[in-house]
Amino acid sequence: MSLLEINELTIRYADTPEPVVKGLTLAVERGESIGIVGESGSGKTQSAMAIMGLLPANAQVSGTVHFDGTELTGAADHVLNQYRACRIAMVFQDPRTALNPYVRIGKQLRRILLEHKICGRAEANVRTLDMLNKVGLSDPERQFRAFPHELSGGMRQRVMIGAALIGEPDLLVADEPTTALDVTVQAQILSLVRRLHAETNSALLLITHDLGVVAGNCERVVVMDRGRLVEEGMTRGVFRDPASEKTRALLLAAPHIDSIVMSEPVSADTGPVLEIEDIAVSFKERRSKGGRSLHAVKPMSFSLQERETVAVVGESGSGKTSLARAILGLLPADGGQVCFLGKTLPAHIGARKNTVRRNLQMVFQDPLASLNPAMSVREIVMEPLRIHERGKKKAGLNNDVAVMLASVGLDPGLAGRYPHELSGGQAQRVAIARSLILKPKVLICDEAVAALDGTVQLEILKLLLAEQERSGLSLVFITHDLAVVRQISHRVLVMYMGRLCEIAKNESLFTRPRHPYAKALLSSVPVLDPDARPVDLPLAGEASSMLSPPTGCLFHPRCQHAVAACSESVPELIDCDGSLVACHRAAELDLGY
Amino acid sequence: MSMFSSLSPVARYIRASRMVAVCVLLLLLVALAALAGPLLNPNDYITTDFANRFGQPTMTNLHFFGTDELGRDLFSRTLLGAQVTLFVAVIASVVSLGIGVIYGAAAGFIGGKVDAIMMRAVDALYALPFVFLVILLMVAFERNFLLIFVAIGAINWLDMARIVRGQTISLKHREFVDAARLIGVSTPGIIFRHIMPNLFGVVVVYMTLTIPQAILVESFLSFLGLGVQEPQTSLGALVSNGVSHMERAPWLLIIPASVLAFILFCFNFLGDGLRDVVDPKKKA
Repeated sequence: MSLLEINELTIRYADTPEPVVKGLTLAVERGESIGIVGESGSGKTQSAMAIMGLLPANAQVSGTVHFDGTELTGAADHVLNQYRACRIAMVFQDPRTALNPYVRIGKQLRRILLEHKICGRAEANVRTLDMLNKVGLSDPERQFRAFPHELSGGMRQRVMIGAALIGEPDLLVADEPTTALDVTVQAQILSLVRRLHAETNSALLLITHDLGVVAGNCERVVVMDRGRLVEEGMTRGVFRDPASEKTRALLLAAPHIDSIVMSEPVSADTGPVLEIEDIAVSFKERRSKGGRSLHAVKPMSFSLQERETVAVVGESGSGKTSLARAILGLLPADGGQVCFLGKTLPAHIGARKNTVRRNLQMVFQDPLASLNPAMSVREIVMEPLRIHERGKKKAGLNNDVAVMLASVGLDPGLAGRYPHELSGGQAQRVAIARSLILKPKVLICDEAVAALDGTVQLEILKLLLAEQERSGLSLVFITHDLAVVRQISHRVLVMYMGRLCEIAKNESLFTRPRHPYAKALLSSVPVLDPDARPVDLPLAGEASSMLSPPTGCLFHPRCQHAVAACSESVPELIDCDGSLVACHRAAELDLGY
Repeated sequence: MSMFSSLSPVARYIRASRMVAVCVLLLLLVALAALAGPLLNPNDYITTDFANRFGQPTMTNLHFFGTDELGRDLFSRTLLGAQVTLFVAVIASVVSLGIGVIYGAAAGFIGGKVDAIMMRAVDALYALPFVFLVILLMVAFERNFLLIFVAIGAINWLDMARIVRGQTISLKHREFVDAARLIGVSTPGIIFRHIMPNLFGVVVVYMTLTIPQAILVESFLSFLGLGVQEPQTSLGALVSNGVSHMERAPWLLIIPASVLAFILFCFNFLGDGLRDVVDPKKKA
């Protein structure tokens, strides 16, 4: 008998016409690792919730879920509670919301043991410390007494995994456990999950939209589409030879590092559209009278050609967004200047002329947050024209909006809708339409596709490239997703803690990274090939505090190639076969990828 | 908490919108009765009839609600009281909309020192003991019907200013405000086109909740004898009068108190329902 047998599971809500999960049948053996992949809305999370008995009260469930011979659907809470944590445990997507902010980490973990009467208080303390140690937290004694807010996102997710495993469950359900995390942290967490899965012999059900994550971590894979299981099989077989149309589409859309480069080469004779010179951003820490300041972006320079795409990559907190906002004048820069077509721009957007403003536009990460919820799609896309093309007739404006909507692939009939009535992809298209309607010269995309599904992501990228081809638009593409960078950029800026590590051509960065941090980023990306050996812990530890940065090269505490000089002086950007690299050992290291 | 929080968003929306419709209808009926009723009723609110003091509610002579200790028709007086009460509601909403929203939005959006000074002024007004202020006003300017409205208006916009300021601060850091700046919208444009429409829900809901407060304050002042003066009256004054005769003629207390309670209920349910209806995300 299998550990978990799901039979004809159907989940339906009264206010949706279609069931969200339709007749799912799946068996999980002891010690097995299964990946469930699918786009958002494919019913993968709903299925996991059904196993845990966590569906909302208005969900109608039919079919059976047998766990170790016991029926779980429709079971009373006190019955389910005996299974939760000790037999089945779950790790959620967002580690920030899954921990109680008022209770110390150690107590939260210990409570699981005490609640289920697994052991006494003294032993619980020992086992909790042991678990914190196992999930790779340095100084577990101190973390035991820490509150959740004192830990970083990656550390919190480690704690969550510890909390899930402390009851020694037979089945661990991980729902997008690394989606909210940086690639380097994702690599750490996945390697931890792999190790613990092997050590404890618990079965693993890994739910994700990222096929790369499944490839390296699961023996079997289940593909879901609109509530149905469309394909099931050994990971290698499914990846090599997908049987269903949907799997093929997902594999094709999944951005991966060896994706085809989609961008056309830039012609060399065009002058720079945008020149950034020594721009810097800092934030004053409040309340401290001495005024320690946090240098979010340390002085850096680069330029952007016409029709060129420059990608900016780095972990969260590396200053990518601050850089973009400073260029646009939304955030006052401390120093340096931004030159547009040879003219220096005022630091604050309020002081910039409208003729300049219309040429520098931005697309934000969260499409819903960047659209005014009280305005219709038509009003949103028309607003820029009302400001910059006064005097134009209403009918003409309406027509322009319809043409623009069509050109970003939206049905002009959507013009009367409000943002909350749109899907994520549609909303992002509206945001793009709003920024492109002024025909800007430069478009800055801040994680513009990060919140979207693979196939939608690909469509949006194609749309931006088509626009670039048509109008000569220059793109600054801020992202943490190196696969996207590979697909669309001409040049790449790698940032670490607010400083430039490397500026390289797309090709040379991905074939021969020069900076150890760039190399670490590259090797953290999950590979779509099930046979590729996952690199264990390519980058250990976490970035230092921005308030007390290390001396010399900011990366040296985590760098395996660091020498004495690295902690003594800040490396300058030096030319290395066409790449600009800020590393003392750039010339001697060979980091070929 | 909303009353229907256990229901699904759509069901909640439908129930709430029905409740809003019913409350608006009832309030309109009360307003219509208060304004048109005295014109149709042969008994006016001022004529005394000593032969018929403490008359019970009866259909003869059309004294539907009976008569008071001076033989005046309680039906007319109740309608008059309702007029005053609804007038207070209008004043309260106009003042809290006109002053409160603009003051709060400006303080929140401009921020910094301006915000600090503006909000400390609000705090100072909060700190004034209200009843004492009203008594002082009465002493200084003689008893005057309008003074009550000035006093109620003066405290009514304070809450609204605070709420609106808080909302504005959270709105101005939203990305759509940045997006508006990028396409070249001016600061007043951002306040009026991007901030204000998103405040609408909160403002409407909060207004329907401050109106009952204002009505109660007026009733309280009239009950203390500081409010509307004879022969004018308000529901508060009628209740106060009813209390002193409640053993002999309980309807003098029960009827105006019921009308007052009815109006208050309508406003409170209206606010509760609007809270669910105006949130655009809850519409299916």
